[in-house]
Amino acid sequence: MDSNKKHQPAGETRRDFLYLTAGAMGAVAAGSAVWPLVDSMNPAADTLALASTEINVSSVQPGQTITVVWRGKPVFVHRRSAEEISEVRAEPWQDLRDPQSDQSRVKAGHDEWLVLLGVCTHLGCIPMGSKVTDVKGDYNGWFCPCHGSHYDKSGRIRKGPAPTNLAVPPYEFVSDSLIRIG
Amino acid sequence: MSRPAQTEKFKNPVVQWIDERLPVFTMLIKEYGVFPMPKNANYFWSFGGMAMLMLIIMIVSGIVLAMNYTPHTSMAFDSVERIMRDVNYGWLLRYIHMNGASFFFIAVYIHIMRGLYFGSYKKPRELLWIIGVVIFLLMMATAFMGYALPWSQMSGWGVTVITSLFAKFPLVGDGIVTWLWGGFSVDNPTLNRFFALHFLLPFVLLGVVFIHVWALHITGSNNPAGIEPKSEKDTLPFHPYFTSKDGFAVVVFLIVYLGTVFFAPLALTEFDHFKSYDSMVTPPHIVPEWYFLPFYAILKSFVFDFTVILSLLAMGGLVAGFPAAYVFFKGDVKKRNLAFKALGALLAVLVTITLLALVTADLENPSAAAYLKVVIIPAALQGVLAMFGSILLLVVLPWLDSSPVKSARYRPIYKKCLLVLLVSFLVLGYTGAQLPEGWPVIAGQIATVYYFAHFLVILPYLSRKEKTLPLPNSIHEDSCSASKGK
Repeated sequence: MDSNKKHQPAGETRRDFLYLTAGAMGAVAAGSAVWPLVDSMNPAADTLALASTEINVSSVQPGQTITVVWRGKPVFVHRRSAEEISEVRAEPWQDLRDPQSDQSRVKAGHDEWLVLLGVCTHLGCIPMGSKVTDVKGDYNGWFCPCHGSHYDKSGRIRKGPAPTNLAVPPYEFVSDSLIRIG
Repeated sequence: MSRPAQTEKFKNPVVQWIDERLPVFTMLIKEYGVFPMPKNANYFWSFGGMAMLMLIIMIVSGIVLAMNYTPHTSMAFDSVERIMRDVNYGWLLRYIHMNGASFFFIAVYIHIMRGLYFGSYKKPRELLWIIGVVIFLLMMATAFMGYALPWSQMSGWGVTVITSLFAKFPLVGDGIVTWLWGGFSVDNPTLNRFFALHFLLPFVLLGVVFIHVWALHITGSNNPAGIEPKSEKDTLPFHPYFTSKDGFAVVVFLIVYLGTVFFAPLALTEFDHFKSYDSMVTPPHIVPEWYFLPFYAILKSFVFDFTVILSLLAMGGLVAGFPAAYVFFKGDVKKRNLAFKALGALLAVLVTITLLALVTADLENPSAAAYLKVVIIPAALQGVLAMFGSILLLVVLPWLDSSPVKSARYRPIYKKCLLVLLVSFLVLGYTGAQLPEGWPVIAGQIATVYYFAHFLVILPYLSRKEKTLPLPNSIHEDSCSASKGK
């Protein structure tokens, strides 16, 4: 029969093809069996449900900072006075470590509100500076006590080991006094 | 252990009956009774057994602790305090477990150092050594997760800092961290899975240790002379010669360990470990447990971003390497082509990652100067890669060091280099605990450079060039000359 020829060592045989396809199907099956196990370790629905938070900022006075919890991490909401804004915008920013203008770190039309993720970009510590009595660092913004990173009034890294500016979380103004983070 | 099934005869009929059906007693006699040990093995050969004992102590004390522990963020810290105050002997079990981790690492570090000094990683024990590296990695993962369980300030923030390292990987980093945490910060899902894994991994560890011992019993133990046994004169049966020797070593080790448990149980603990975790307040100085400090120091040693301008300089160097290689390997076309290929491959990698970084760069104010400053590999990512690399390097150690002489006794230069490595490792251990500023950073960087140079440059060079001392003809001859006080 012909099939005898096909079992000769030269070239590929039908059996090789069957091995290959069976192996491929086995790999797909193993992958789809493992995926639920892996994905179960991702954030669950109840964790995701906490992914956005709304805050009323009507009572925050100029110069004051409040700290709210979003996704288990602190978010600093700082209301800046007109002097603070003009002061921070007067400085050149092109040569900073992580060059960003102050304008690009706030929402247009809501320039007095600075919303920052209160997590140092170095190793995840929480910078000080939100309370009146806190050390604010050399640039009068925030100061990370872990390894001495100094952030300015716009949350930009100015001195110390942190590589990037304090992150701005995704947020929007629902109304002038209501911010939704996340 | 594929041996002919039952070979021993036992007087006790019950033992004989069992052994005919499942030859465990035959196996025990083979592997722990008459098993031939090189007779010159010194006390450094006892630390493997001590590490094994520590693993068993950790598993036993861990299981009874787990019966009183609650892996929930609101109760974990209190349940540990309850163990300390209310549970019968809870304080003892916890201190045994807590300090046990430290002494497990002490035993394993000495065990590894023994392997480095006497060349126990060399042929035919390469796989045995690699399995050992796997054990070390598993131990580190287990210890790290265990540190999280008391849910103290050190627990929560240690986990935050170390898991955040994975965020440094480009593209997938944040996804990995969210997956590790099971949320967007270190929280209850994180604690839960760490408890589950901290319970599971020791048993995985036990399995891998079994394979390690199995591989050891195939090749047999190395010895201080670093030569293989040739005749029966070179070895002694494991029992009673080494059971008694290891037994004595274990007693001394236990005296030190239990002395620490009873008289200085908190000597190796940071005080922030006694405050409940507060995700809104970072303790001023986060340090890992002492046994991670050298690797933490390697992580912190990388402070310069690899930018486009540095990459261009490196490319220039590589291009200049072509004519240099042409001149250097003038007589050997094969080696020259190999050098060309290596240079070309490095150049291709550099060009690719540089272009990738430039294309993905998001510049607010593009200019030539801004493009030159685009970061290709951030310092933090370099640190993470170096930290993992420093351990994974041990996997390929048997091939980095191809010297046929195993023991450092007969390798005078290697012996000195190994001493420098040990000093570097200790320096890293010290600087790892210091704030990353001032001279400790520089000391750590020098030690990091030596650590990598030792394995990647010095060992390949030494294994070709070093003039070794004459080896003894046999282990028997070696141990006789030693006992004569040579």
